Amino acid sequence: VVARSCAGVWRRAWQRGGGCPAPRRQQAVACNARGGAVPAGKSGLAPWVPVVGLEIHAQISSNSKLFSGSQVQFAAPPNPLVSFFDASLPGTLPVINRRCVEAAVMTGLALNCSINKKSLFDRKHYFYADLPAGYQITQQRVPIAVNGSLSYSLCIDNKMSQMVTKTVRIKQIQLEQDSGKSLHDDTRSQTLVDLNRAGVGLMEVVMEPDMCCGEEAAAAVRELQLILQTLGSSQAVMAEGQLRVDANVSVHHPGEPYGVRTEVKNINSVRFLAKAVDYEIQRQIEELENGGTILNETRAFDSKLGCTVPMRDKEGKQDYRFMPEPNLPPLILYDAKSLPANMNHQQVVNIDWIRERLPDLPSVKRAKLVEQYGILPEHSFTLLNEDGLTEFFENVVKETQMKPKKVIGWILNDLLSYLKQHSLTVKESPVSSFLLADLLNLLEKKEISSTAAKQVLAELWKGEGKSPLEIVKEKELELIQDQKELEQICQAVIDGQKNE
Amino acid sequence: QVSAALKEGRVTPTELCQRCLSLIKSTKFLNAYITVAEEAALKQAEESEKRYRGGQLLGVLDGIPIAVKDNFNTAGIETTCASNMLKGYVPPYNATVVQKLLDRGAVLLGKTNLDEFAMGSGSTDGVFGPVRNPWSYSGQYKEKSVPKSHSEDKESNWVITGGSSGGSAAAVSSFTCFAALGSDTGGSTRNPAAHCGVVGLKPTYGLISRHGLIPLVNSMDVPGILTRCVDDAAVVLGSLAGHDPKDSTTIQDNFKPFELPSLTDVSKLSIGIPKEYHAPGLSSEILALWSKAADLFKNAGARVIEVSLPHTRYSIVCYHVLCTAEVASNMARFDGLEYGHRSDMNKSTESMYAATRREGFNDVVRGRILSGNYFLLKQNYENYFIKAQKVRRLIANDFVKAFESGVDVLLTPTTLSDAVPYMEFIKEDNRTRSTQDDILTQAANMAGLPAINVPTALSERGLPVGLQFIGRSFQEKQLLTVAKWFEKQVKFPVIQLEEVKRHDPAVFQHQKSASFS
Repeated sequence: VVARSCAGVWRRAWQRGGGCPAPRRQQAVACNARGGAVPAGKSGLAPWVPVVGLEIHAQISSNSKLFSGSQVQFAAPPNPLVSFFDASLPGTLPVINRRCVEAAVMTGLALNCSINKKSLFDRKHYFYADLPAGYQITQQRVPIAVNGSLSYSLCIDNKMSQMVTKTVRIKQIQLEQDSGKSLHDDTRSQTLVDLNRAGVGLMEVVMEPDMCCGEEAAAAVRELQLILQTLGSSQAVMAEGQLRVDANVSVHHPGEPYGVRTEVKNINSVRFLAKAVDYEIQRQIEELENGGTILNETRAFDSKLGCTVPMRDKEGKQDYRFMPEPNLPPLILYDAKSLPANMNHQQVVNIDWIRERLPDLPSVKRAKLVEQYGILPEHSFTLLNEDGLTEFFENVVKETQMKPKKVIGWILNDLLSYLKQHSLTVKESPVSSFLLADLLNLLEKKEISSTAAKQVLAELWKGEGKSPLEIVKEKELELIQDQKELEQICQAVIDGQKNE
Repeated sequence: QVSAALKEGRVTPTELCQRCLSLIKSTKFLNAYITVAEEAALKQAEESEKRYRGGQLLGVLDGIPIAVKDNFNTAGIETTCASNMLKGYVPPYNATVVQKLLDRGAVLLGKTNLDEFAMGSGSTDGVFGPVRNPWSYSGQYKEKSVPKSHSEDKESNWVITGGSSGGSAAAVSSFTCFAALGSDTGGSTRNPAAHCGVVGLKPTYGLISRHGLIPLVNSMDVPGILTRCVDDAAVVLGSLAGHDPKDSTTIQDNFKPFELPSLTDVSKLSIGIPKEYHAPGLSSEILALWSKAADLFKNAGARVIEVSLPHTRYSIVCYHVLCTAEVASNMARFDGLEYGHRSDMNKSTESMYAATRREGFNDVVRGRILSGNYFLLKQNYENYFIKAQKVRRLIANDFVKAFESGVDVLLTPTTLSDAVPYMEFIKEDNRTRSTQDDILTQAANMAGLPAINVPTALSERGLPVGLQFIGRSFQEKQLLTVAKWFEKQVKFPVIQLEEVKRHDPAVFQHQKSASFS
């Protein structure tokens, strides 16, 4: 994604009020392109350095769960997708799902991580209704992948044309179980528990606090989403809970140690992520400038009010009493060198085998688009950002003689803005790539003007099944080719002018 | 032998099953069974009979009545772990070992009694009451008992079975079944086997699937096998061992069931006598018996040498830390939400959890959960859990070194004394008793090694005493071969129980304990 970022200033932008302070001016809080300390603005106070880290849980796209054979499916009716193990029936044991391991390895490789050939599983204990066993199986001691990095791009100065690439370090990726879902029914004072999700495989991706504002966080997450979707390791749709992001936010003065951080949860979209992070940064700055302190607490983002609030059920720090998971031996992965000669590759996970089969990552795809079609880098971002748009573009290019550099304008300006206006996805477009290609061909052959083309396009949106040529003929939009006729028209216009 | 009888048609599976069921009824005072699955068992027996008639046997175990400790999941049959927490819990699946037995035609008579959640060494702390050792009612014991005044209830003199698989041991010992499954985490199969005069085998960790065994300590639990002779144990082992994809801690290697050779020449054998097993509190009787056994091997030409397992004395403490930590973790799932007991308290989820767990668990279980959670706290983890793991490694290494020095099998006592009377046993609490009683059996669980109790002789009080053989990892064949030879030498007597005699006088025609191989 191309996020707009500008060398802005941190300001106290709102009034203090009761309850959740709703900012008077919803200022997009930003940091400068180099992500360092930002000079104080007119308020003349010492500068603040915001620090943002992210903990991201991505649901693994697999047929069955991480440790049991029950199915993974979104929005099924409550509780049929629960195996004996998921319900924590006594005597059941976890058995690792190979596909989940492969997904984690793929993701680790795509994020430039070292894959740990031996990783371990642990139990993290806490009591909650949606955690049937009373513990979650995770990887606390030795996770499957460590020390990677993710590059993402932002644009500066509000200009699409100036983009800067930033990197965030990936601390680790660990495999763990998802919990079930609790629905609190306050009217009947009861909690309803749906265990369909309990045991689904998650990859927890921990991003180091290398980011400094909401835009950066959003851009990093968006890029991660694209990577996961490209790999197929997670569908990563935030709205469906397949990608959950928690932000760790703190502020400090340059040269001083890091401040106390808060954890912000309940963020349901990339947009809200940016808002939540920015709000929290501002809140902390305001709090500190007023002589207050920041509590090391967990806060929830309230999307309606646009602010963070302390989460109610936190009673002191939890001791999770981590313990090795005794029912799972260490997870051993192989590469070409360490693979024993007589082992069937079906029986093991071979890192090198997976590496060889990795698809082109978004950054590679974008570079290829730029090179192949001569489009601008920021165009390639937009193409990849919209599901199906790249394919649409490439199809049009195939079918038309118009240069890709010109086609891209029609795709990004006309097609995309129409789709956005009507909240349609590319797949739902009433204008197919063939139709658009036909239209562009007419334009390219100079049979119609570009103004006419836009008119035809407007007609095509109606989806009445007419071809561009039919519409042109109907509306008599053809460019007049006859020299004589043109001269007559021009003469008529001139004559008309003379008469005034 | 009974298997042969079945084949020859001298007895039918249904008759066999009925006899066992009626013997269970007449020995009800032993309290060995929690659930008797009479209808299901008779049905299974009928099916078996059809197979015998058609000559299409499922294996050696076809038609053989067996019992299973009540911490193994049995589909459709209540599985309680002798706890209020699971009273009325009927599992929807069979433990792998249960399924294997059923697949081979065995007849499941019922679920046997135990200490609650297998925590204990007496089979006295379950919610259905204590199990009585059948030998309490044997002619041999009664002979040796000091005659009491008539006013004293002879019932109060009964002795414990040991634990925690006391029900299974009693069931086998009293002839109500031909084999039983127990579990062994710190000695829970070998201890009651010794006290009840039966063979108790603890297989190597990872050989037999734990899927469906409600866990105590996942890293030490194994399903245990209780039978009346070593050959039978080998047969059952053959049906149960092998990789289970549902249990990731079972080894992948193919297991080949074996027939036990009848050793005649032990001169190539090297028996190790670990000196640390001369533990404080070891009765002079057992010490003497141990010595006698060593001599037996020596005189037969085997090489008998003293070895040292220096970290033995730390194993109990180490076990307490690791066991309670795992217990705290394993018991976390019992919250009353999905299954099992749920308290009526419904003010909040938390209060429901707390009440459910207080009502569902006995003191022993709760005590271990509290200790375990303490050891797992962040500030304690390094000093307790990690340290205990390291000590565990040292204990395991002791055995490795001993076996590397050329020893094939270790010979030790199984228990410190013969079975104590119940009234005496309950004078000390569960933890104290476990600490005392597990000392000779626990280390084998730490190291994951196979071990077997072989009934050796009767004590002065007329009660069984057994000796233990510990073998190398996955060398069950060697272990059982030695055990079989020893069994043949000692000729342990058959229990003289009125009830058994009444039901099956034929049993006493054999010198050896009745067996099905």
